[in-house]
Amino acid sequence: MSRLTELLKERILLLDGAMGTMLQRYKFSEEDFRGERFRDWPQPLQGNNDLLSLTQPRAIAEIHRKYLEAGADILETNTFSSTRIGMADYGMEELVYELNYESARIASGIAREFTAREPDKPRFVAGSIGPTNRTASMSPDVNDPGFRAISFEELRLAYREQVEGLLDGGVDMLLVETVFDTLNAKAALFAIEELKEERQLDIPVMVSGTITDASGRTLSGQTAEAFLISVSHIPMLSVGFNCALGAKQLTPHLEVLSSKTATAISAHPNAGLPNAFGKYDQSPEEMASEMKEYLEKGLVNIVGGCCGTTPEHIKAMASLIKEYQPRKIGQPEPTGIHHA
Amino acid sequence: MKEKLTPIPSEPEVQRDAHYLKLSGLEPLVITPESNFVNVGERTNVAGSRQFLRLIKEGNYEAALEIARHQVEGGAQIIDINMDDGLIDGKEAMVKFLNLVVAEPDIARVPIMIDSSKWEIIEAGLEVVQGKCVVNSISLKEGEEEFLRQAKLIRRFGAAVIIMAFDEVGQADNYERRIEIAKRSYDLLVNQVKFPPEDIIFDLNIFPVATGMDEHKRNALDFIEATAWVRKNLPYCSVSGGVSNVSFSFRGNNPVREAMHSVFLYHAIRAGMNMGIVNPALLEVYDDIPDELLTHVEDVILNRREDATERLLAFAENVVGKARESKADLSWREDPLQDRITRALVKGIDQYIEADVEEARQSVKRPIEVIEGHLMTGMNVVGDLFGSGKMFLPQVVKSARVMKKAVAYLLPYIEEEKKLQPELEGSRQHAGKILLATVKGDVHDIGKNIVGVVLACNNYDIVDLGVMVPPEKIIQRAREEDVDIIGLSGLITPSLDEMVFLAREMERQAFKVPLLIGGATTSKAHTAVKIDPQYSAAVAHVNDASRAVTVVGDLLQKESSERYKKNLKTDYEEFRDKFLKRGKQKEYRSLKEARENKYHIAWKASDIFVPRSLGVQVIEDFDLRKLEAFIDWNPFFRSWDLHGKFPGILEDEVVGDQARELYEDARKMLKQLLAEKRLKAKAIFGLFPANAVNDDDIEVSVPGGADTATKAGAGDNRFVFRTLRQQLRKREGVPNMALADFVAPKASGLQDYVGCFCVSTGFGTQALAREYEQKLDDYNAIMVKALADRLAEALAEYLHMEVRKVHWGYAAGEHLDNEALIGEAYRGIRPAPGYPACPDHLEKRTIWELLGVKERIGVELTDSLAMWPAASVSGYYFAHPEARYFGLGKITEDQLADYAGRKGIALEEARRWLAPNLAETVK
Repeated sequence: MSRLTELLKERILLLDGAMGTMLQRYKFSEEDFRGERFRDWPQPLQGNNDLLSLTQPRAIAEIHRKYLEAGADILETNTFSSTRIGMADYGMEELVYELNYESARIASGIAREFTAREPDKPRFVAGSIGPTNRTASMSPDVNDPGFRAISFEELRLAYREQVEGLLDGGVDMLLVETVFDTLNAKAALFAIEELKEERQLDIPVMVSGTITDASGRTLSGQTAEAFLISVSHIPMLSVGFNCALGAKQLTPHLEVLSSKTATAISAHPNAGLPNAFGKYDQSPEEMASEMKEYLEKGLVNIVGGCCGTTPEHIKAMASLIKEYQPRKIGQPEPTGIHHA
Repeated sequence: MKEKLTPIPSEPEVQRDAHYLKLSGLEPLVITPESNFVNVGERTNVAGSRQFLRLIKEGNYEAALEIARHQVEGGAQIIDINMDDGLIDGKEAMVKFLNLVVAEPDIARVPIMIDSSKWEIIEAGLEVVQGKCVVNSISLKEGEEEFLRQAKLIRRFGAAVIIMAFDEVGQADNYERRIEIAKRSYDLLVNQVKFPPEDIIFDLNIFPVATGMDEHKRNALDFIEATAWVRKNLPYCSVSGGVSNVSFSFRGNNPVREAMHSVFLYHAIRAGMNMGIVNPALLEVYDDIPDELLTHVEDVILNRREDATERLLAFAENVVGKARESKADLSWREDPLQDRITRALVKGIDQYIEADVEEARQSVKRPIEVIEGHLMTGMNVVGDLFGSGKMFLPQVVKSARVMKKAVAYLLPYIEEEKKLQPELEGSRQHAGKILLATVKGDVHDIGKNIVGVVLACNNYDIVDLGVMVPPEKIIQRAREEDVDIIGLSGLITPSLDEMVFLAREMERQAFKVPLLIGGATTSKAHTAVKIDPQYSAAVAHVNDASRAVTVVGDLLQKESSERYKKNLKTDYEEFRDKFLKRGKQKEYRSLKEARENKYHIAWKASDIFVPRSLGVQVIEDFDLRKLEAFIDWNPFFRSWDLHGKFPGILEDEVVGDQARELYEDARKMLKQLLAEKRLKAKAIFGLFPANAVNDDDIEVSVPGGADTATKAGAGDNRFVFRTLRQQLRKREGVPNMALADFVAPKASGLQDYVGCFCVSTGFGTQALAREYEQKLDDYNAIMVKALADRLAEALAEYLHMEVRKVHWGYAAGEHLDNEALIGEAYRGIRPAPGYPACPDHLEKRTIWELLGVKERIGVELTDSLAMWPAASVSGYYFAHPEARYFGLGKITEDQLADYAGRKGIALEEARRWLAPNLAETVK
């Protein structure tokens, strides 16, 4: 993937925006979620957005296409919850490989189409790997702090399955995102490293944490720097933050990362903080103007959007970032040092 | 198009610090070249802290967390967590404790060091911590392949690692070996695993200096120089170590130790040591060390003079203030008489006691007053110190030695006085008279002797009947001597029944004196359930000497003893009720089901090794000097009530001083034993064709048959070992094992082999112990026996190795150090009848008959099947790679009946021998 690293030095790359926000516009019904194939599925399926890659693939393709038209360089697959842990809610554990494979296939087909059309602006696909709905280093029971609802081993196996589907489906990189418990992310990275070794594959990995509130820490209590240190054992294409906060609130944490690592930095915040109805209503222009500070301070190499962002937001970012140089990144040094 | 705006580069320092060691808890810890020395807290280590060990054993995790919190509050930048202890499930404890630690933000803010010698514990720990930990430790000890495998996983878990300077050959103990191993480890890690060099921390082994041994002179200097080399030649790595080791020889002299630590650290840090374990309380500020002391300490640490050690030793005596006792410091001889006597008793110094006692005798009217006055005053101090945990068992036994000597000196004067003035009450007033005995059939008496000595120190008159004492004799002597308490001791399981019998007998004969129960197999549960109901007077289980003193005191206290006895009865009754009603009833499989669920080995000819020499071999007069390196010291310290793991125990905060002194005495005695050849060691072993038959039996054929002294078992030259099978219902897939599972069944068509053995180092022990006893030296009498026991175990270990490598020969290439031997890191097992895998002592008879043990090496079996001499070990050899130790657990009636049938003994006899292993029948 040398093309990707080269590009990262040349310019700021653009991730896409929210998938969920766009899907809401389609107002899919329970029947739409089920499609033909899952007509008789015993559990309700509405809300299982990742399933739409199988039952409404055209909608997914359409959204991907809109983001690329808006100027995004990198598409995220529709697989945020596609692990057997996330799919357990729908009894769809056995579909995990297929979900990941299909989602990856849809996104990479469209990316290829755009790259063919515009060879100077190659498009890439990042396999989206979410945190699951369980935490490996926190107890869900306040009265029993030593209890854990999920183990490292269960997470490792679940992520392994997801990553296999993504790789086979043709993603260009993997994005471990919305990390609220670093131990979950470490299990994902462990599984990725295993597969990289088994398949003799050097696929780039992006890691993106989530600072949950004003305390400046992850949900599992780590500071930005502690989080950075805890995931730095594998070579990363980029490290950064997404979700939970708006562009403005994210700035100080990006500054910490920027001063502590030579790795490329990514940021895909929400469209502001949620309003009284829990909706994100920051306009594309407002969001872009808040992001300007990242660029002026030279804090980022990759930007994009999380909850509430749309192709319009991405478009606003696209016109902003072309004015700026990317943050300087270090030469990732080969770890093997010959000293003798 | 506009010119692109160039951001003001915040020129990250990132390039510069790309190779700093960075760790994290909830918060980061970055170790830069400018960082101060990083202090690792190690009180959350079961090997280093008795308190922590106790809390974990008790399951008191809340209090254990407080220790962790305390350390972080006290400034520890990393906390080391270690759960390596034979009596706890290390993996479970590690995971449980870590899960609780990470839930406490004020502890979890610092990085964690996961410390274990067991890889599975390390791995389990890494799976529950989100931050970047340090693994403590891995090494090349088990070869490159394992080393690289572990390193790769550590990297994948995102942890840094401590590498011990240890390889296949052993621990690095000089400059060259340190750098050789460090460089090799580093190259492997960095080049083959792509391990980030900044995540490598070397522990280059800090060893003591000023030990008096020439080969230790360069210990500190070699470490310092190796540190400098490593930091210069192996870029970005760190160097760590446990600092207090270096001043080991000066335990008890804190001013010198503190100075040694500071000097060592001063130089080691300058050489590049950047983290480690230091007790902040034991650290002097380098600049505050007085010049002269500094010079002397630096001479030693840096090995600047030939006579540096001698000079520091001499100088240490003068270090003002808190300097420790020493032979040369005789200023206490100027103190008043009582102070001198008290001091001699407390310190166990017998050199001057006769002179002091003589002086005391001349100062009083009657010689008895010296005992009741001077000596008892001193012994009361000993008792108080012992009672409050400030003195330990070995010291008290030494005090007793001084006391005995003093009394012996006075006796002729007392006799003389009696002759001249028979009307005077001449005998000494004792606090009470206590009869002690090891019960019939049992020969073990170390614990009993210690209890006797400690009670004697507390002014009790001890009537010790020795070992193998029949019940009628105990009762008769108790009557004759009109004793106040009877104490029974035993080590092997059949002794438990003897105790029950005696309690019943005492009841029948209307005894009222309290009965004390002690010894390795006894327990509060057994005492409460089996003994206490037999005897209407007081029964108390007492398993260590310090408790014996309080219990005896309470039992004989005139005013309160009745209430105490009543409470004791109630306590045992409640305990018994709770015990019998406790928790869930365990579930057992029927013997048939258990057999169907046996441990299944896929029998292959290639796993069976034909022994190079079949038949019986005898080793007469084995050279004990070969055994020194094979001694497992852990049980030795336990027998003296000092708890902790060797060698860590020598450094223990609480018992370290005492452990070290005891260890020195033991080494001295051992040297003497070996030099004077006072103990004789003999061994016998045999390797035979064998096959498993009828599920649980092992049929052994003795080629030639006539080889044995007597016959038993299935035919003229056939013997059968009867093994017992686990019956506890465990989770699916876990087998119900019997030792027979490790031998190829006849039906497999493969000829397999087993062995058996008996070793003894006890010949001569008794005579030697008696000599010491006659010299009123109980301390050394007990020491001889404790050492003989250790030597017997060491001989068993040694012989097993010889058998594996030479006589059986299946492990010809094996190369293990003592630690690995004790850890049983080899192929094959040597389970002993009477121990968990095969608790039936009766099997010893088969071994005796098969090998002709008694006839050939003279080790006998008592009625209870204890071996005599006591310092003996016997057992089987199994060689299959999958053979392993296990605990039989409880068995049920069907197996008991089957076993009795197979052995050809009455059901009730079988029941008697296997009583401790019978599951309680549901009422």
